[in-house]
Amino acid sequence: MKLYNPPSPLETKVISKRFGVENSWRLDTYLATGGFESFKKVMEWTPDQIIDEVKASSLRGRGGAGFPTGLKWSFVPKNVEGPKYIVVNADESEPGTCKDRLLIEHDPYQMIEGILIAAKAVGATKGWVYIRGEYRYLIDHFDSVLKEAYQRGYLGKNIAGTGFDFDLYSQTGAGAYECGEESALLESLEGKRGVPRIRPPFPAVSGAFQAPTVLNNVETFSTVPEIIRGGGKWYADLGTPKNGGTRMVCLAGHVNKPGVYEVPLGMNMMYFINEIGGGMWKGKKMKATIPGGSSCPILRADECDIPMDYDSMAKAGTMLGSGGMMVMDEDTDMVKIALRIMRFYKHESCGWCIPCREGTTWLQKMLSRIVDGNGAMRDVDMVGELAKSMLGRTFCPLGDAAAMPTISIVEKFRPEFEAYVARNPFASSELVQVG
Amino acid sequence: MTFSPELEARFADLLTHYPPGRQRGALIPMLMYAQDEVGAVTPDLMEELAKRLDISVLQVDEVVGYYSMLHKKPQGKYHIQICTNVACMLRGGAELYEHACKKLGVGHKQTQASGKFSLEEVECIGACSWAPAIQVNYDFHHEVTVSQLDQVLEGLQ
Ligand SMILES: Cc1cc2nc3c(=O)[nH]c(=O)nc-3n(C[C@H](O)[C@H](O)[C@H](O)COP(=O)(O)O)c2cc1C
Ligand code: SF4
Ligand code: FES
Repeated sequence: MKLYNPPSPLETKVISKRFGVENSWRLDTYLATGGFESFKKVMEWTPDQIIDEVKASSLRGRGGAGFPTGLKWSFVPKNVEGPKYIVVNADESEPGTCKDRLLIEHDPYQMIEGILIAAKAVGATKGWVYIRGEYRYLIDHFDSVLKEAYQRGYLGKNIAGTGFDFDLYSQTGAGAYECGEESALLESLEGKRGVPRIRPPFPAVSGAFQAPTVLNNVETFSTVPEIIRGGGKWYADLGTPKNGGTRMVCLAGHVNKPGVYEVPLGMNMMYFINEIGGGMWKGKKMKATIPGGSSCPILRADECDIPMDYDSMAKAGTMLGSGGMMVMDEDTDMVKIALRIMRFYKHESCGWCIPCREGTTWLQKMLSRIVDGNGAMRDVDMVGELAKSMLGRTFCPLGDAAAMPTISIVEKFRPEFEAYVARNPFASSELVQVG
Repeated sequence: MTFSPELEARFADLLTHYPPGRQRGALIPMLMYAQDEVGAVTPDLMEELAKRLDISVLQVDEVVGYYSMLHKKPQGKYHIQICTNVACMLRGGAELYEHACKKLGVGHKQTQASGKFSLEEVECIGACSWAPAIQVNYDFHHEVTVSQLDQVLEGLQ
């Protein structure tokens, strides 16, 4: 399996260490490099021991929200009748994000082992890997891996002779960003429109087919075997306090060496961009960076000299999100970026609740008006105000995801919006004011 | 409605993936895989799947309407999807899309009269670090330049 970008010697390869190794996705390669040892180890453990080890690692979910994984697993009720399930979120649709496909492409058994360990921890017997429909090549690849795993006794009954049973399937999406949201994903898995569910109950209590369900991102599950192998403390120490381990960062935009790289949490962002990403292209200066997928508030170049971990990002008013980092040079038109982001959220809004459905529609209209040279000053204010009025008032976080980058771009790059308006000869006339 | 033996086998396997009585879970995969064989989600197909999963045609129809990859009309033999979302936009995705519009003589979600090419401006397809990216049917092409796009299009018969 070929690498899409060369690795960097400055990476810390914990979960991507098999990337680029010949036949890295085959069971034999995995077994020859320590594969399934963690799974065999936890077969001797109690569920609480596994959850405690994951808690000690301070692993936080890699799908976007950064929720502590061990804590999430501990919410699954222990003494209930009936089946429990595992669902893997491989919907990977947050603009800027392209890492989960690599983890499934190059090292699918690592993810499978992580799923089995989670299954042991919560008592689950069945699971689905929900992969976005556009990744058909990946679904076909993963299906062939599943076939091998069943044939060789690493899925199904009595896995690797341990007496543990587990079934795993792939499930294709069909093109809908909203199906990355956990409860919408579960609806889609049940054969319905991807409209989110009212919570509580959370998936840990009532998830797939209304059974208790652990739902995590591909990268989150892929990390678990290494945590068990090296110990929670070892993994935690790779990162910064409360921000354990490494993470896959997808670097894109105006840099010399865009690519997906694994780095310890807490690495300085400018160091990452300059040393691993090869710095800005064409000798240009940086204007801004979206640090973790298009729903994260944007950072000006002068705000980027910070550690890349969940807490430092929160302090800077943004998020590490899904790891999709997009760097923009001095020539980037921020108004057009704001419009392109809004077009995306307008397109992907499931339409269920009014602040999101109408908010994204009107924000797109207003931003288009400004870009088309028909905007007035009040449009600039209105964009900011309307976006703010959506915050916290929508049914699922997509509304916030649309509002947050917009608010930050208008606040931080207001002169660019005003320059567009100034080009409109009618901008300050009565005509525009009344209608 | 009849399907190929391969697709029937796939359906039979799919139906074993869900808890008893919850076979509706197979609806979206069945639609996707059947669409590949039939060319579109036809009224016949919706009726057939509704019957097999014991749900109403309306329940199938509302699902089909929700998902952007499910389409009721056939697309071109080669469906050209060009991403213009932020990461691709920063590296020339919009220019690729404009070039494709001119070269193919069709716009967003349109198909050539010959049925050979159809075009779609798509949202992020998960190739942002290797932007700009396009998909021809299910095949990815990364770091595409205008001249490479020409080559790709000209190489398709
Ligand atoms: C609109 C929306 C889209 C999302 N898309 C994804 C996605 O593509 N992949 C993902 O893993 N999580 C996505 N999430 C986050 C999931 O809801 C969920 O928090 C996550 O999968 C949990 O896994 P984790 O704890 O391992 O991060 C999305 C959330 C929202 C609100
Ligand atoms: S916030 Fe948007 S995507 Fe989420 S439920 Fe409301 S309309 Fe749907
Ligand atoms: S933005 Fe084009 S592939 Fe992600």
